[in-house]
Amino acid sequence: MNRRIPEDVLIEALSTGDLVPESPSHAAVLPRPEGAPRTASEAKPHPIALGDSEGTLLEVAVGPHHPSTHGVFRMDVVLDGERVVRLKPVFGYLHRNHEKLGEGGAYLAAMPYTDRLDYFCSLTNNWAYALAVERLAGIEVPERAEHIRVITAELTRVLNHACLIGFLLQELGSMGTPIMYAFREREKILELIEALTGSRMMCNYMRFGGCRCDLPSGWIEACRDVVEALPRFLDEFENLLSTNEILMARTQGIGVLSAEQAVQAGMTGPMLRASGVNYDLRKVDRYGVYDRFEFGVPLGAHGDVYDRYMIRMLEMRESVRILQQALRAVPAGPIINPKARLRGFKPPAGEVYGRIEAPKGELGFYLISDGSANPYRYRIRPPSFINLTILEDMCRGATLQDTVAILGAVDIVMGEVDR
Amino acid sequence: METLEQIKSRLEAAIPGLGLEIQCNGAVPGQASLVVPPARAIEAARFLRDDPRLALDYCSNVSGVDWLDRVVEEHARVTRVIDGRERVFDECRERRVPGYLEAVYHLYSMRLKHGPVILRQRTVNRVDQARVTSLTPVWRSAEFQEREAYDLFGIVFEGHPDLRRILMWDEFRDYPMRKDYVEPDDYEYEPTPHDDLKEKARRHYPIEADA
Repeated sequence: MNRRIPEDVLIEALSTGDLVPESPSHAAVLPRPEGAPRTASEAKPHPIALGDSEGTLLEVAVGPHHPSTHGVFRMDVVLDGERVVRLKPVFGYLHRNHEKLGEGGAYLAAMPYTDRLDYFCSLTNNWAYALAVERLAGIEVPERAEHIRVITAELTRVLNHACLIGFLLQELGSMGTPIMYAFREREKILELIEALTGSRMMCNYMRFGGCRCDLPSGWIEACRDVVEALPRFLDEFENLLSTNEILMARTQGIGVLSAEQAVQAGMTGPMLRASGVNYDLRKVDRYGVYDRFEFGVPLGAHGDVYDRYMIRMLEMRESVRILQQALRAVPAGPIINPKARLRGFKPPAGEVYGRIEAPKGELGFYLISDGSANPYRYRIRPPSFINLTILEDMCRGATLQDTVAILGAVDIVMGEVDR
Repeated sequence: METLEQIKSRLEAAIPGLGLEIQCNGAVPGQASLVVPPARAIEAARFLRDDPRLALDYCSNVSGVDWLDRVVEEHARVTRVIDGRERVFDECRERRVPGYLEAVYHLYSMRLKHGPVILRQRTVNRVDQARVTSLTPVWRSAEFQEREAYDLFGIVFEGHPDLRRILMWDEFRDYPMRKDYVEPDDYEYEPTPHDDLKEKARRHYPIEADA
């Protein structure tokens, strides 16, 4: 807040419980004196400063250390009363130039780095990168590895969506309960992932042409137990939330995005499908062995925050269906293509764009090979970064508290946004 | 979906004097791309988006690429007359190809569920004419990605509504994703320097590192 409110106005406002003057008559009390010295923050032209209406508007920096911003993320907001007039997201606080790091090492050396992109979903990050390199070099993946990949990706999707709903409710003021329910399930899934990969979050599990290690004995049964318990959790979660009056009041009709806007802004994942666009890469690209499983693609009708919440609920149920089918269908065989080379791996010169349906949207890797052991260009298409493009349009006209809900439903992870 | 040759000929028929070029791709899926001159890029992009058979309504990925100056060796057979006799020589000439920056767009169609069509725009050079045309007016999804390419590669996108740095801070001067970027010498004291850091440590704390 960089605008001083005169004391008498402040006292009057406080006595009415209305700290930010809402009506124009109040705002008119706060004219800007001619030739007043500019404060330090106004010394250089600010990207969101507005011309004539300045003086009646309030500029607030939400973040970078704000509990609702999912990490170090800032929104420079211009408020008219409590309504958002302009909003510019500011990020880069976690930037470590991941792409440069990827170009500095061999192809395989970037695999552990991909874990750190979206650190909730390291297994889908691994898969996206492995898929891109496999397409670049034309490596086949054995059946067993493809099934393991589907299982781990769907487990990741369940844990991501459950946690996101937990975070969203936390930000809407429902302290503790939903997020603890979600974290209880996440813990079960993380135990499975730890048993498989040796690590809870930084899995580094996929390799070009397969997976790093085979399923430990009894893993399929343990996974089946967790999956069979998931529908009960989802019922419980939905009983708690889906018809909750406060949740509905806070999310329905908020942050509405039409299908045209969503496509135009390059939205992907649950955000896109909540606006009613049927575009799921598991169906469109049919990568891996997804074409063998029966599952639906839930679509929203309104494109508001409630639909985004509901889409994630329904997607978890579809993931459970895929998991049940995939766990029955895991064949015996090798988990990595014996022809795939781990050391001295040099794909032919050329370029490729490979993409998968990560829990947050389309995660793509664009690789250019010059025939050497390092990628010449290593580019990530991060879904949560691009889903922020249209944040301003969603928030314009909403109140600041709705902005928190809208941002919460976008599902961002700063490790991926900033790279 | 149509082949890239068909798209190219239709584009050139629709926009006279466009001058496209197809760049082949050696990788296994063979995603070839169209090189578009920046001056006419926005017309070509509008055509690709609005054409009912293509309907490329979704710009998935925008990426900068840095190509350094390189030296190409050209082998040629040359006939020369030496001492009154004609003799054939193999001659090797070196030709310097100036470097350029490239903006690569991956386009898909959400309506018709096909793609990708890959567009490339190239700058004249890497120094003072690093300009291409922004396609954000056609596909909004390019907005942040073009800002990122500007931030990390120094490609200036003309017509972009809000071209500012996005990941690096505003006062930062260089373009870190360029191939010839030199990172600043900002070594901080480390009790146990190793590998590459050892040399830096020696420069900054000569006595301790040798001890």
